[in-house]
Amino acid sequence: MTRSFLATHPSVLIFLLILSLFTIGVTILSEAYGTAFISTSFVKTLGKTLCLCLVALAMDLIWGYAGILSLGHMAFFALGGYMIGMWLMYARTEEIVLSALANEVLPPTTEEVTNGIAAQIFGVVGASELPPIWGFAHSLPLQLLLVIAVPGLLALAFGWLAFRSRVTGVYLSILTQAGTLALALWLFQNDSGLRGNNGLSGLQNIPGLAHVPQAELSIWFFWASAAALGLTYVALAWLVSGKFGSVIRAIRDDEARVRFLGYSVEGYKLFLFTLTAMIAAIAGALYYPQAGIINPAELAPIASIYLAVWVAIGGRGRLYGAVIGAAFVSLLSSWFTGGRAPSIDLGFYTINWVDWWLVLLGLSFVLVTLFAPKGIGGLIDLAAHLRAPDRKGAALGPDDSALREKEARE
Amino acid sequence: MTKTTGLWLAGAFALSASMAAAQDETIKVGVLHSLSGTMAISETTLKDTMLMLIEEQNAKGGLLGKQIEAVVVDPASDWPLFAEKARELLTVSNVDVMFGCWTSVSRKSVLPVIEELNGLLFYPVQYEGEESSRNVFYTGAAPNQQAIPATDYFLEELGVEKFALLGTDYVYPRTTNNILESYLMSKGIPKEDIFVNYTPFGHSDWSKIVADVVALGADGKKVGVISTINGDANIGFYKELAAAGISADDIPVVAFSVGEEELSGLDTSNLVGHLAAWNYFQSADTPANAEFIAKWKAFAGENRVTNDPMEAHVIGFNMWVQAVEKAGTTDVDAVREAMYGLEVPNLTGGVAKMLPNHHLTKPVLIGEIRADGQFDIVSQTEPVAGDAWTDFLPESAVLEADWQNLDCGMYNTQTKTCVQIKSNY
Amino acid sequence: MRRLAAALIAAFALLLPMAALAQSAAQILEDHRALVEKPSRTTIGPVIAALAASDDPMVADVLAAWADRRLGLRKADGAFVLVSPVAEGVALRLLDGSDAGVLAASEITELRPNAGVRGMIAGALVRFRLSAPDPAARADALATIARDPAPEHLEALRQSLGEESDAGLRAQKARLERLLTLRFEDDSAARVAAIGSFSGDLGLDLRAALNPLLAVTRVALPLGAVPEGNLARDLTPGIDLTEAEAYAALVSAGLAPEPLTAEALKAALVANVEGGMVAGFPVARLNTEEARAAAYSALEAEGRVPPAATEDEVAAAIAAHRFVEIYAEPDPAVTTAAAEVLQGIELKLAAMQAADLGLDALSLASIYFLAAIGLAITFGVMRVINMAHGEFIMMGAYTGYVVQLFVANHTLSLLIALPLAFAVTFAAGVAMERLVIRHLYKRPLETLLATFGISIALQQLAKTIFGTQARPLTAPSWLDGALSFNDIVAISYIRIAIFVLALVFLVFFLWLMQRTRLGLEVRAVTQNPSMAASMGINPDRINMLTFGLGSGIAGIAGVAIGLFAQVTSELGSAYIVQSFMTVVVGGVGNIWGTLAGAAMIGTLQKGIEWLNPANTLAAQTYMILFIILFIQFRPRGIIALKGRAAGD
Repeated sequence: MTRSFLATHPSVLIFLLILSLFTIGVTILSEAYGTAFISTSFVKTLGKTLCLCLVALAMDLIWGYAGILSLGHMAFFALGGYMIGMWLMYARTEEIVLSALANEVLPPTTEEVTNGIAAQIFGVVGASELPPIWGFAHSLPLQLLLVIAVPGLLALAFGWLAFRSRVTGVYLSILTQAGTLALALWLFQNDSGLRGNNGLSGLQNIPGLAHVPQAELSIWFFWASAAALGLTYVALAWLVSGKFGSVIRAIRDDEARVRFLGYSVEGYKLFLFTLTAMIAAIAGALYYPQAGIINPAELAPIASIYLAVWVAIGGRGRLYGAVIGAAFVSLLSSWFTGGRAPSIDLGFYTINWVDWWLVLLGLSFVLVTLFAPKGIGGLIDLAAHLRAPDRKGAALGPDDSALREKEARE
Repeated sequence: MTKTTGLWLAGAFALSASMAAAQDETIKVGVLHSLSGTMAISETTLKDTMLMLIEEQNAKGGLLGKQIEAVVVDPASDWPLFAEKARELLTVSNVDVMFGCWTSVSRKSVLPVIEELNGLLFYPVQYEGEESSRNVFYTGAAPNQQAIPATDYFLEELGVEKFALLGTDYVYPRTTNNILESYLMSKGIPKEDIFVNYTPFGHSDWSKIVADVVALGADGKKVGVISTINGDANIGFYKELAAAGISADDIPVVAFSVGEEELSGLDTSNLVGHLAAWNYFQSADTPANAEFIAKWKAFAGENRVTNDPMEAHVIGFNMWVQAVEKAGTTDVDAVREAMYGLEVPNLTGGVAKMLPNHHLTKPVLIGEIRADGQFDIVSQTEPVAGDAWTDFLPESAVLEADWQNLDCGMYNTQTKTCVQIKSNY
Repeated sequence: MRRLAAALIAAFALLLPMAALAQSAAQILEDHRALVEKPSRTTIGPVIAALAASDDPMVADVLAAWADRRLGLRKADGAFVLVSPVAEGVALRLLDGSDAGVLAASEITELRPNAGVRGMIAGALVRFRLSAPDPAARADALATIARDPAPEHLEALRQSLGEESDAGLRAQKARLERLLTLRFEDDSAARVAAIGSFSGDLGLDLRAALNPLLAVTRVALPLGAVPEGNLARDLTPGIDLTEAEAYAALVSAGLAPEPLTAEALKAALVANVEGGMVAGFPVARLNTEEARAAAYSALEAEGRVPPAATEDEVAAAIAAHRFVEIYAEPDPAVTTAAAEVLQGIELKLAAMQAADLGLDALSLASIYFLAAIGLAITFGVMRVINMAHGEFIMMGAYTGYVVQLFVANHTLSLLIALPLAFAVTFAAGVAMERLVIRHLYKRPLETLLATFGISIALQQLAKTIFGTQARPLTAPSWLDGALSFNDIVAISYIRIAIFVLALVFLVFFLWLMQRTRLGLEVRAVTQNPSMAASMGINPDRINMLTFGLGSGIAGIAGVAIGLFAQVTSELGSAYIVQSFMTVVVGGVGNIWGTLAGAAMIGTLQKGIEWLNPANTLAAQTYMILFIILFIQFRPRGIIALKGRAAGD
């Protein structure tokens, strides 16, 4: 089955090949296992980029394939980060507290340990009690389960409500955006028990691995991110190549017809929404230990919009497009804002890219939307001499939301 | 994918190029302030201050016979990026010291990196305390150098009996208000006479909160507002205050985050008499300050104002230069040891002394807002020693930081043990 | 604190006259030079009292000058001088009233008494000002008394009451006289009468005078003992106060031993470790609360630690005592009268507070409505998602700021800014429609994304041009201040202006859509473009105009919002989600729906703020959550379009 699937989808093999070459290359050039040509901080950047590619895959599935423009998937991404961050902080603090209490005459009680941990974690924000939502933070397996369970359940509940009331199109987009904003505002509150604006920090120090230098840890996380990306890519490519893929593309093109054909449109959408939320959460759980800190600003509505921007620029409706878009735009973005891009002196005015990069990004996004709906992926089509059927500009369906010719490709 | 690889190669080359440059015979000073994003307006000024100080030092012949080179990076008001840039500065650019950060969360983001790589950071902004890292020197005010004296001023000079603690919902106001609450209770102010409110960043709808504050006066006690409201939100707050006709004589407001720069965003004629507490005001009448202002205006432009965090950088940089000269090297541990007890003149008169808990002694100034957006200094204390762990919270009162003798930033004086060497983040 | 200071002044005022009688103001200041140069409220009392008691005719001048920061030190010889600014510098007068020429301002050290000291000086000046010929000075004196009532003002106030010629000031004086009477008069009947005369009054000053009379202290005393003082009420433990509070009251009154805390227990155990054992328990096993408690009990049984109060003992101690509240005011007649007056206004007070909250909600609703009304056109009528709408609001606000840079007169600049903001954003809207949106009418999701791209670019452009710091946009002075109905219900004029502006636009919108040819064509084009086109309407032109109109209104909204809040590049993004919510909640395509949506969101947010006044952020969070849920159950909004107009 798998062999024939790979044979019929050569792009998957090519992708895996490039990804493994890339991973091996970075490993060979890294500080920990190679020639130290690439600094640890750049390995971390690359590892984080792979996580962004992973969440872009999820976005592509829900938007590019099913036509649901969710402006909330970065919220699931951040939630995944928060869930793993809770364990990281708790376990690291526990080590500190236990070693401090070990000096005392009496052995510590459980309450003393918990209170000590709470004071350490929440002393910063002026509280000293462990909120109930930290109830599972002591256990890695439980918290790992929460990484997918919390965003999954949230997506399930939100999706069930939204799809059941037939909220679609731009309304759904606005609704997901409002939901993201509400979640961000909730997390910004100190009372919500996740340290408010400060968020969770020091996540790069993995409990129990204090003796491992960051150079090695960064490569381990890089490998994990690459593995997650590769596996998810194969799984999703398999998923969209079958009947399921046809149905969700049909939903994108004309929801009502699919419903009349007897498919449970809401069921498909709900499944997809939840699945992609979980993928986003896994990406987040891998991302934030590399970033080191997570706070509510990470799930501001704008972050989810950037996610859509990456997918759109990379090319919707094809998995490798999402990966290219995320990698290309996020790396370019950090290059421009990092002050490394040379300023352009026009004589009367100097274009400083730190100031102008966002303007450029915003405008290029408008241009891509208007003139190149296929994004960078379209270049690959050109190379592969693929051309869309010529319908002289007519829509593929009678409805307003029907696929326009320019978008029809697969 | 080809593009990605190309870009990555380009990035890698850029990195290796700067690694090669690190071998040159200059002393490198990292400047880690946001030049874009929401914090840019405050932090860009500090970057300029650093560049001015470095230029001045180089004109004096540099340091240890070498020139000082500023390595400026832009963490773009993005907290995770602060950690990334700090790692880059320490491992790629190999800087000897860093000056940077503004918000507490950015400092907390950088902490694990500099503690892991044994870097050195000078942090110039007033903050909530409850921290002392081996690798950070805090040149801004701790709560006992700003919040507590301002509260004392309210209690003693203005006779305030009822307090409204208004703040933006983040760590600095939360912790400061916590400390103030327990301080006020120790001064005999009952808990029901302390009203606390938190608003989001950039909040603009203040009418209800101002009405709540006015209503506090219904039991005949004099009301005062202690504001830890951050940045832009102050504008709406002061506008609403003025609209409600509340003068500083009725309900005085003392702010900890409003300085000369923030006031330039609004018309201050209705705010005359409201207060701010800092360790420095541009209107301080000393020769050192006049000289500094003149230099700053020549460097940055005639209409630029000076403020408290700038003074903190001036003190911090001068102190670091002295310490390096004393130690004869830029090695972090040697410089750190040399820092303790060093004294550098303040711009407002008196000297700042570096304490073993990595905080400074600083005078506390209280100023009344003038119609021209500057401050009339109405109170100036003797230098106060910065306290890393506040005495007014029970869990912190037993803690002490002393890196010189105890080699510990979180020492429990009751159990006589070091709770932890690394910081909380 | 304040009363203490006042008492000090009074005491000095009584003691000092003999000594001070011969002293001039100059002499007094000279004698207390150190205190005067660095005055503190806690120490300056005697100096002010001495000045107030001196019969030097210059005293009033000196005090007034000191409070106004017109008292200085001549740097040359350190003499105290009264200064007044003139063209060449400052004109000086010595404290005996003689002229001392003109000096440069830098030759004088200005004395800067802080606000607390200024308040005390003003208190001393009341005597001179209450009967001053200048009504402004008399009003000042009254404000001082109102701010800081003191017993010694009562007599002066009564004396000046008869001489007052100004009716307004006279009424103020009469009211103040009654307020002071009820607090400081010795005669109980007069106080009760003064309190009774205020029946039904809602003034903040009245409540500020009455509430301190009713302040209580909690007292614990053994059963059977008679409480001293003016008894307010008995407290029942478990109902009026918790057991823990009751026990704490006993402990603080010295009637019960301190309860055993976890730390004390631990310290006791540590102190009794003997060879790795505590009272027979191995130390290693003492890692639970229960084990530690058991070890302590064992120690207690051996008599090696003091017995700790058990729960039963605590309950017994509480049962054996009576808990009462005692009024600070000793006169029962006064407290009864005060309580009656306060009870009488309780309901009225609550109603007024609700009214004030209602006004706040109305104001917030009008702000949301104003921000959303442009969207009601572009999104509601045309169904174009314009995510750059917020940035149009921001552009309007910045236009207002730029106009103020060039036109100093705030009224004139506002008059210029409003149409200019409309013109600027109208042009921006038309440009955007022509260049981008026109191509995407059939692809709403792409419109959303493309306009987001524009929004990002515009926001960054604003940052690049104007910087990230907030820019001032100042309202004309006739919009300063607030309209107050009483001490509780008040609303600032700016908010009223915004409310009026919102109403104007509502009427304008209705007129435009229902009464004009353009409105007719707009409705035709949105319902069926091809049919409209065949009727001779040019859909391109109509779409362009409508979109420009919606954007232009956003620009005007921006000026209004900038007037009451801060002008930053993020101004727009703060409103965009709420604006869309307003339109969607209300019901797309219906202006009344937008109005209802704004009203609902405004009321809801203020309501939640009222429930949880300590956390404004929570109000915003729950408001958005509520809206999300609301849309799930009423996806078409409060007022849903029906039939053809609904579009499907």
